[in-house]
Amino acid sequence: MTPEELIENFSYLSDWEDKYRYLIELGEEMPSLSEDEKIPENKVDGCMSQVWFTHQMIQNKHHFEADSDAHIVRGLEAVLLLLINDKTTEEIRSLDLRKLFSEMGLEEHLSPTRRNGFFAMLDRIDQLIDFKK
Amino acid sequence: MFKQDFPIFQTHPDLVYLDTGASAQKPAVVLETMDSFYRTFYSNVHRGNCEIANQATEAYECARHQVAQFIHADPSDIIFTKSTTESVNLVASSFAETLQPQDEVIVSAPDHHAVFVPFQQACLKRRAVFKVAPVLESGALDLEAFDQLLTNRTKVVAMAHLTNVLGTVQPIKEIIKKAHQKGAMVLVDGAQSVAHLPTDVTELDCDFLAFSGHKLYGPTGIGVLYGKKEALSRLSPYQFGGDMIREVFIDHTTFADIPARFEAGTPPIAEALGLASALTYLQKIGMSVIHQEEMRLTDFLIKRLSEIDGVEFLGDPLLKTGIVSFNIKNIHAGDIAFILAKQHICARVGHHCAMPIHQCYHKEVSLRVSLGVYNDEEDIEKFIFALKKAISFF
Repeated sequence: MTPEELIENFSYLSDWEDKYRYLIELGEEMPSLSEDEKIPENKVDGCMSQVWFTHQMIQNKHHFEADSDAHIVRGLEAVLLLLINDKTTEEIRSLDLRKLFSEMGLEEHLSPTRRNGFFAMLDRIDQLIDFKK
Repeated sequence: MFKQDFPIFQTHPDLVYLDTGASAQKPAVVLETMDSFYRTFYSNVHRGNCEIANQATEAYECARHQVAQFIHADPSDIIFTKSTTESVNLVASSFAETLQPQDEVIVSAPDHHAVFVPFQQACLKRRAVFKVAPVLESGALDLEAFDQLLTNRTKVVAMAHLTNVLGTVQPIKEIIKKAHQKGAMVLVDGAQSVAHLPTDVTELDCDFLAFSGHKLYGPTGIGVLYGKKEALSRLSPYQFGGDMIREVFIDHTTFADIPARFEAGTPPIAEALGLASALTYLQKIGMSVIHQEEMRLTDFLIKRLSEIDGVEFLGDPLLKTGIVSFNIKNIHAGDIAFILAKQHICARVGHHCAMPIHQCYHKEVSLRVSLGVYNDEEDIEKFIFALKKAISFF
């Protein structure tokens, strides 16, 4: 699925219930990290849910994988990875994440008041890339 | 039951507020009292000599009387602080100066971090022994284990009367009696209990009782430390500043009598008045009536929750007073709480500032529902409906 298709799919879903059922489904479809990867170094600290992610550079492109013990966080991770994965630093920096999340009706998750771990993960990725949250 | 007294429910008619354990909503009378103070006789206390300053001082001291009456204490044994946390830290910091190596302090496993950590740190600082009394699977304190922990070296026992995660009323009177037999002092964390149970410090015979205004339908920024005269006289001043001194010389200072000795600086005046107003409101209803009504509602909540597959209570559901924590099997509490919030249900998710007790139950987090005087059966039904819907998402 391309980022455009993802945003389009969300735009068809008018109420919050359908949006979140779809978000949870996206999380369920995302491959899990192996137990070997769920190590403290990959864990985002201080969150209500457990959040892990891995990052590597493959041919100058960022590749992330992520996991969480909470379904909604997994869904948000799936959405984020679809938007930023396998892109160069410049490509990621050119994204307007806030606008994209708004279009999907998920902008509230870009707020630091959410303590579910997703924002903390964004913060960590931001430290790597310095992109526009 | 008393929803009409609380303006927040006029602003948010759909709101189902089940997070009183974190902080209670405020009745209009509290807001009016604080507003009237700022508008009509605002002044600092214990300082000025104009009419409004006298009025402010009188109202502040009246608030102290009101708090004393609420817990059956003498007004001179009531210290205003900013929170339960500050009340506990005031006591713990004093022990952090006087504990000897091998002295012992006992807290209990379900205690809030605000009790657990100050005494843990005091013990670490003084190389004293920090002991944690366990609870039974039910959530009730393991009295046999407590007996084993309590020795002639125990200096302080600090624990919650009503635990903030498990919602269990602990046998605090018995604990106090046992502790006193060994010569230990007892600090009762009343942050939750004062809002749900009638409180009588004379009957409990505790040395200290700490609680907050904001969980008692009063404002934030005001807390109370009650102490027996003898117990308070053993504490060292916690903070230094205005109003707590008698005379200051170049090389030393003498301190004011208790309670002023522990109220350095300008106190939270409007907040003390607001708290007094909240207590008047509660006393009009009657704490026994509030307790009975909340028990009835707690039983109803437990009954309805028990009908749902996968509900896993922390502790025995039959031992709850106004506070119920649980998880849904195989679903993260954060996920449930998010979908509840979408349906205007305010419940708490997390470790509720009590990580050790979650570790005891092998849980990271839980969902907590806590009741207040404004809740009714309709709130519970709305919550159960919303919870079932939330579960259907996963």
